[in-house]
Amino acid sequence: MEQFAPVKRSEDGQPVRYLIVDDSVFARKNLARMVESFGGQIVGEAGDGITAISEYARLMPDIVLMDITMPQMEGIEAAEKIVREHPQARIVMVSSVGYQENIVAALQRGARHFVQKPVKPEVLYEVIKYVMREDGATARGAGAGA
Amino acid sequence: MRMELIQPFINSADAVLAQGLQCPTSIADVTMEEEAYRRRGIAAEVCFTGEIEGRIIFDLDPPTAERVAAYLSGSEAQDSEQLVREAVCELANQIIGNAVTALNDQGFHFRVNPPNLHTSEQGHKTSEDTEALVMCFTTSHGNVFMNVALRYNRRRAAERAVTA
Repeated sequence: MEQFAPVKRSEDGQPVRYLIVDDSVFARKNLARMVESFGGQIVGEAGDGITAISEYARLMPDIVLMDITMPQMEGIEAAEKIVREHPQARIVMVSSVGYQENIVAALQRGARHFVQKPVKPEVLYEVIKYVMREDGATARGAGAGA
Repeated sequence: MRMELIQPFINSADAVLAQGLQCPTSIADVTMEEEAYRRRGIAAEVCFTGEIEGRIIFDLDPPTAERVAAYLSGSEAQDSEQLVREAVCELANQIIGNAVTALNDQGFHFRVNPPNLHTSEQGHKTSEDTEALVMCFTTSHGNVFMNVALRYNRRRAAERAVTA
């Protein structure tokens, strides 16, 4: 996999901590592999929206990568509930269903960004840098592919 | 079956397979099937309800499914049967999701259920108005079969137009 300059938290230079939410174990593993190549640390995983809410409160990650279509509670609803409780939460929706209605609904309910599957690592990398930059992160070294 | 319903799935399968597997893809074979579906290997089924009804099955023979899962997970070999099945379902999810995005933006409204593993050897016989279109996509990892049995539900569309 392509190598990326690690994205660090600007306040303490520590790796960005991720919670990955997807009902597919395979998709979670792939996303985990990608964010590890950005220097990130996976602090937790969840397979549905309800677990995502409790895991967010327990782990307080820097970024949540959240699928939309999941059993029990879908990702947009879970994102809304997390942001209501934790307005500082940075949630990036990651879904194969990327029609306008869905994207607008996710952003209106508090998601910071949307990435369509299949995920291109360079796209996710730029989105993470952007979302972290909003309130503080730094990419050490050069940009993507460095 | 209306071609405008099927084309987004063909385009999406072509694009997702080419991007995910990093290889050129081509459609080797297209057939219409009226007989009951027979599973080839690891198969994921996605069902549709609403203005578009029916189902699509993605089917890979076991060695192809293992190669695809290994490639997508960036490992040498994928020996976990569960992860191989998950990989086929995730591939189906990505192909369907991208096609649904295109259809939704064209104004079709319908619900898609998450992919399920198709475990029975044989499926139901398709009816006259939902005969199945079977396409074989060739990739450098093996063949991926897409079995499409969809129909446009005029009644649902009319109901939505009245309530809108």
